[in-house]
Amino acid sequence: MELKETKMGNESFPGIIHETPGGGIVVSTFDSIINWARSNSLWPLSFATSCCGIEMMSTASAKYDFSRFGFEVARASPRQADVIIIAGTIVNKMAPVLKRLYDQMADPKYVIAMGACAISGGPFFYNTYSVVKGADHIIPVDVYIPGCPPRPEALLHALISLQEKIKLGMTREQIRGEFKG
Amino acid sequence: MYNQTEVIKDTSELGAEGELIINMGPQHPATHGVLHLVVTLNGETIKKIEPHLGYIHRSIEKMCESLTYRQFIYVTSRMDYLSSHINNLGCALLVEKGMQIEVPERAKYVRVILSELTRIASHELWLGAMAMDLGAFTPFFYAFREREMITDIMEETCGARLTMNYIVPGGLMYDIHPDFQKKVKAFITQFKAKVTEYEDLVTNNIIFQSRTKGVGVLTAEDAISFGCTGPVARASGVSCDIRKLYPYDVYDKVEFDEVIETAGDSFARYMVRVKEMNQSIRIIEQLIDTIPEGDFVGKTKNVLKLPKGEFYTRVETARGEFGIYVVSEGGTTPHRIKFRSPGFSNLSALNHMAAGSKIGDLMATMGTLDLVIPDIDR
Repeated sequence: MELKETKMGNESFPGIIHETPGGGIVVSTFDSIINWARSNSLWPLSFATSCCGIEMMSTASAKYDFSRFGFEVARASPRQADVIIIAGTIVNKMAPVLKRLYDQMADPKYVIAMGACAISGGPFFYNTYSVVKGADHIIPVDVYIPGCPPRPEALLHALISLQEKIKLGMTREQIRGEFKG
Repeated sequence: MYNQTEVIKDTSELGAEGELIINMGPQHPATHGVLHLVVTLNGETIKKIEPHLGYIHRSIEKMCESLTYRQFIYVTSRMDYLSSHINNLGCALLVEKGMQIEVPERAKYVRVILSELTRIASHELWLGAMAMDLGAFTPFFYAFREREMITDIMEETCGARLTMNYIVPGGLMYDIHPDFQKKVKAFITQFKAKVTEYEDLVTNNIIFQSRTKGVGVLTAEDAISFGCTGPVARASGVSCDIRKLYPYDVYDKVEFDEVIETAGDSFARYMVRVKEMNQSIRIIEQLIDTIPEGDFVGKTKNVLKLPKGEFYTRVETARGEFGIYVVSEGGTTPHRIKFRSPGFSNLSALNHMAAGSKIGDLMATMGTLDLVIPDIDR
């Protein structure tokens, strides 16, 4: 009997479909199917503190359109979100709020630091008394996007890279190690 | 470290019987950033709104004290990031005024054209975001279609899409792109053809009108007493356009109308911004063909030193009057710097405007104030 790999859209389905008259049998592992499904519906939390939020809105607009990759369901509540995009500066007063938002998200959860401020404090690194010098002082960050603000293509690249890592079944620790090089 | 739970406990103690206190923000989709509003409700009626600021206080004023007069301009792009070019212009005007630097005509023309493009881009984003607050998602895509054309022009000429940093004291950082005039004209043609779509989608929409007309009324006296400027004050009938009253660069050479509405409600604020976009197009059309040839930057010293004294300049950003006040001791860095941000004063009127209305109307009132939180917190 013939076993074949089916394509769904551009993504290859992680498994083998064994077609029989009137139905079929899927041979796969639960983990790979769950990772495949999860990577294609990452819901971001609409969390923007400053300028990078505008570029995040541009990414959502028709020209860049991140809904092509399954990110369009931006949630206002952290309880429904999978990935938090820290778009903007985190200051001392905001830090406990960010931690609380992160804690409220359900596992598995991922964090993207967008822009120089979220990476290291960026333009506000020197001579300021209120800026947190990098969001990774508060919560673990998986992907860093440089730029002030980063271009929408950079945000798309980060989201797609994260998707690919999840699809490979990598844990958060492995993803962080991979991106740090 | 600041403890958020304490604040919530404190405010709940203030609530009398039958009152409900809700925290709106700092993570809320309609506050456009990290504004924290403590709203006291009686049933569905708003009794009091108390804004809590500081969730994006980046100590920009203190930071500017350690930066030279060439360097401090770039930080102001990150304050009101939707009018970043106009903020930069205000800072450059202050240094030019203090040191009597001559600015070439070419630079003045380009600065005004880019300022007006920035204003249109800001109003476009506001239009999309406010319609989204009221539950209409489609205008966001329409508004961003035209906005992307402006960001492309900015990218080609200034090198950045959002935070331009194109202005230096004395003129521009480098000359405009050869395609600049062609691209701007293409934008004007498209904008004029498509602006009617906004009218059809939003202005003439009966749901939009009934949600904004008569909501969040601000009288002219209140607008003056709260220090409101920009479209918020002009919608209440207060003439306060800095471009008309204290013209800078080449605003005295162009013809345009100061848009004034008298109703003072959310719909009037909406109309002011939509009509302002058309006036900005009118200004650009007058200037784009007559950009004079010549230098793009005047002769300046390498090290800028403002003479001892106090200096103040103001510019009209998309949100209102943006003022820069500098105390100089004669050195290369400011001794003290203070920014007068339009959003801060406009936000102070929110309690007055929204008290007594329903909580659903708060979105319309706050949306039409067009708040940018990093501009308020600095």
